[in-house]
Amino acid sequence: MGKIMLEVKDLKTKYITRFHEDVYSVDGVSLTIEEGKSLGIAGESGCGKSTLALSLMGYYFAPLHYVSGDIIVDGRNISGMNPDDVRKNILGNEIAYIPQAAMNALNPTQKIIRFIEDVIHAHDKSMSKKDIYDMAKERFAILGLPEDVLQKHAVELSGGMKQRTVIAISTILSPKVLIADEPSSALDVTSQKMVIKMMRDLMEKGYIKSMIFITHELPLLYNVTDDIMVMYAGRIVEKASAKDMVFDPLHPYSKGLMGSIIVPEEGVRDHKLTAIPGTPPNLKHPPEGCRFADRCKYATPTCKAMDPQTIELPNGRMYSCLMSERKLREVYANE
Amino acid sequence: MSKFDPNTAKPCLTGRGVTKVFGMGDKKTVAVDHVDFNFREGEFVSIVGESGSGKTTLSKMLLGLINVTEGEIDFMGQPRDISSGKKRKEYWKGIQAIFQDPFASYNTFYKIDAVLLDCLKMTGKGHLPMEKKVELMTEACSFVNLRFAELTNKYPFELSGGQRQRLMIARIFLLRPKILLADEPTSMIDACSRSTILDMLQKLREEINMTIIFITHDIGLAYYVSDTVYIMEHGKFVEYGPAEECILHPKAAYTQRLINDVPKIYEEWDLSTV
Amino acid sequence: MKNTLRQIFHSPKFVGGFCIFVFILAMMIIYPLINPGDPLERIGVETFSKPGIYFSMYDASTTKTSPFRLADADDKRVASKLSMEDRVAMVEWFGLAEVDVEGVSMDDTETLLKLWDENYSADKKIKMTQAKKKYFKRLNNSIQSLKAADKMEVVSKNPESGENETVTTIDKNAYVNVSDVTNTKILPLGTDNFGRDVLKELVSATRTSIGIGLIAGIVATLIGLTVGLLAGYVGGLVDDLLSLVTNLFTVIPSFILLILISYSLSQDQRGPSTVAVVIGLTSWTWTARSVRSQVISLRNRDHVNLSKLSGHSLVRIILTDILPYIASYVVMAFILQVSSGILAESQLSLLGLGPKTTVTPTLGLMMNWAMLYSAHLNGSWWAYFPVILTITLISFSLNLMNTGLDQVFNPELRD
Repeated sequence: MGKIMLEVKDLKTKYITRFHEDVYSVDGVSLTIEEGKSLGIAGESGCGKSTLALSLMGYYFAPLHYVSGDIIVDGRNISGMNPDDVRKNILGNEIAYIPQAAMNALNPTQKIIRFIEDVIHAHDKSMSKKDIYDMAKERFAILGLPEDVLQKHAVELSGGMKQRTVIAISTILSPKVLIADEPSSALDVTSQKMVIKMMRDLMEKGYIKSMIFITHELPLLYNVTDDIMVMYAGRIVEKASAKDMVFDPLHPYSKGLMGSIIVPEEGVRDHKLTAIPGTPPNLKHPPEGCRFADRCKYATPTCKAMDPQTIELPNGRMYSCLMSERKLREVYANE
Repeated sequence: MSKFDPNTAKPCLTGRGVTKVFGMGDKKTVAVDHVDFNFREGEFVSIVGESGSGKTTLSKMLLGLINVTEGEIDFMGQPRDISSGKKRKEYWKGIQAIFQDPFASYNTFYKIDAVLLDCLKMTGKGHLPMEKKVELMTEACSFVNLRFAELTNKYPFELSGGQRQRLMIARIFLLRPKILLADEPTSMIDACSRSTILDMLQKLREEINMTIIFITHDIGLAYYVSDTVYIMEHGKFVEYGPAEECILHPKAAYTQRLINDVPKIYEEWDLSTV
Repeated sequence: MKNTLRQIFHSPKFVGGFCIFVFILAMMIIYPLINPGDPLERIGVETFSKPGIYFSMYDASTTKTSPFRLADADDKRVASKLSMEDRVAMVEWFGLAEVDVEGVSMDDTETLLKLWDENYSADKKIKMTQAKKKYFKRLNNSIQSLKAADKMEVVSKNPESGENETVTTIDKNAYVNVSDVTNTKILPLGTDNFGRDVLKELVSATRTSIGIGLIAGIVATLIGLTVGLLAGYVGGLVDDLLSLVTNLFTVIPSFILLILISYSLSQDQRGPSTVAVVIGLTSWTWTARSVRSQVISLRNRDHVNLSKLSGHSLVRIILTDILPYIASYVVMAFILQVSSGILAESQLSLLGLGPKTTVTPTLGLMMNWAMLYSAHLNGSWWAYFPVILTITLISFSLNLMNTGLDQVFNPELRD
């Protein structure tokens, strides 16, 4: 077992709406990532995965608020730290975050190298511009980005190139955890592939120690991450290795999600797509018992009354459902 | 999997040398470059291409929303005539569309009832008594797993993206056109609602034997839903044919690249070819 | 709709502007009811009477009096009557008579009079000319008469006998209640150069000016909206043509155009509504341009395409699928047009190119009159300052409402 890079224990964060209502978008999430591992987070829109990404950074700003739980980055608990300290000491060198529209974050009047100087100077004032340039040049070359990008403005780059540049900039300090929230969803397939390749390279070359990748595109997760975690209504419903998750999901919700996978490969046309009826619950008033019960076709009256516990299987898989593993497999086999 | 038989189906929408040029002089760009196509009755066609390949321009031309620079389009065996407003109106009874952005597709000032009532009016059912109209609207909504009683008096902004696209399908169900042009109807909604929409399009095709032209950038979706696939690159069709053949045994280099670039789950996804 | 209205009235800026504007409107309606009559009636014979309460001396002299014994009444009277010239003369005499007036202020009437009583005597041997001597004697007489507790007699000529008869005598301690005087006139803002009641004129002028602003705003918004909608939605040649016209109007400074048009119309044709239309005709360009750009971004939206596919006509699409989306924007533009219309009228009138003079007052005309009769030079602030304040308040309230609306409708500015 490798060194634990990120450990999250029972994290709860909430949004406070304009009408002063609390919405617990991340409601008791625990996870661990070892060095050199990557974790995928899947789920429908509105299940809380983007909020989880924001919460993991430890940098909270309204309307998002920290409630309870621990975030431990490489042995250092950052939950409850002063936001300013988090920004100065954690973001960039410990945790890097890439949102979906990251490429639009580049100020069009500045050259790319200026952003890199900014990032480095925010943490280490001693480096000279020359050193920074050499370092950036080297890093860009390894990641397959042309050197002349450094001297260009953001407007001169294509969407895919911009996104890769942003990723290169955010990981320039070799953070321990990279949180990528749908980093390739706005791109066409070819650029998406390049982004994925780059993230893999970052992992393989050790520039980032671990990664959290969030998307609703399951084939992508399957190809990028070691483990996949499925989130529903602010909670984790299942965690398994990528392979197990895609081909052998246990939780009925994961099962539904995996049923929506469409790839241009033989065999896909023959399997009937499964769709999950209904919409995720409104977290202002989360339902009693299992939050998925309303949409679950296997639900029993007990499901709506009792909150399922997280069950850990011997192989490290986790799921939270009232039905046992054996029962679930039986039910699926009979379909 | 479907009733469509390529050997017996009659042509529904055919084009020869269809071209669209934007701008003039030095700034001329050819968006669609002499494409030929033959979409048949009851066929589920996909047009696949990356952004900028001209697929949306082609769809707008097929809908008659923009003029064709060059080339001919035949509709139901007859040359298409959309020269006057009246003829365009007639044409639009035969061809309808679902657009990409479920949020921009609705006039936010209209209630959902108004959208559906408008469809009834367009199909000449405007004179029916209200009960009959409600019955028809309820039927259309239940076709897409929505409950009309819950939607009535609501505004589109109160629905989720997936629900809005389903309502668009309900609209098509009421209009019953010969051809439906679906321009990336699933690209802005999440994977879970996506399969619902695709299933409904399939159901719709079987229900009213309609030709569906599905425009997408996702070759996986095209493969999953369609009978025939047209691959578009730089305003030209580089490959077309039955979906199985086109996607499992692609000939054009562009098709191969598109397939390679999509993540796989059954085979190894080759990342070295970027 | 209801929700939007509620949001609008939750915006403090809008509510602030709205209250000011409603107050001005209420004044326009209520004041003429309290004080009816022709606002341009020339009541004053002299120009620029000060603000205040005026009552008829003639009537006051025959009004029932009540005597009061007020201790400082005499001193006050003397102090107010004793002119600066007299005081200077008194000090001059003290100087000649070598009386010590060190530290006595010129305004200190009491000490001056006391010193005068103690020291002055016509026979005192002081070296001065005879004329000076006589002058000081006259000064002394007038000072003594000021202090004398005499009654004043009001005399009128008997038409039959031709002799003067005493009508009444007025005691120094006789007071008259202003409300008992038959004829009084309250002029809160005095009179202007033609002797007209400024407040009454101002209320009437505000009404005309807001009317001009509204007409100009409606004309400008209608033209701008139509041009913008057509150019933006129809596009192509229509757009090119309309944009050309719009650009032409934008390039020519509209104020110069306004001056030229106003100048070329003869005085008789220049009523307030004509001026309003002329202002509207020269200020529609930016509404047109911004509406056009908004419409262009809306034109290719899917809901418009869908509406086309549903077979809706051009007019219907413009009215139901485009107009509602830009309505809030147009309302805001309209408010600004009204405000700038009022300002444009003032500017034109100040130059003497406003509506025909002396028939209807407008805010600009009042400024024009005040300027022509040098109100600003002779200190008659009441003739122009309230006008400036009114223009500022109207403009301020309209702009405040506009900003408030912007905050409601523009989600980027919402807090």
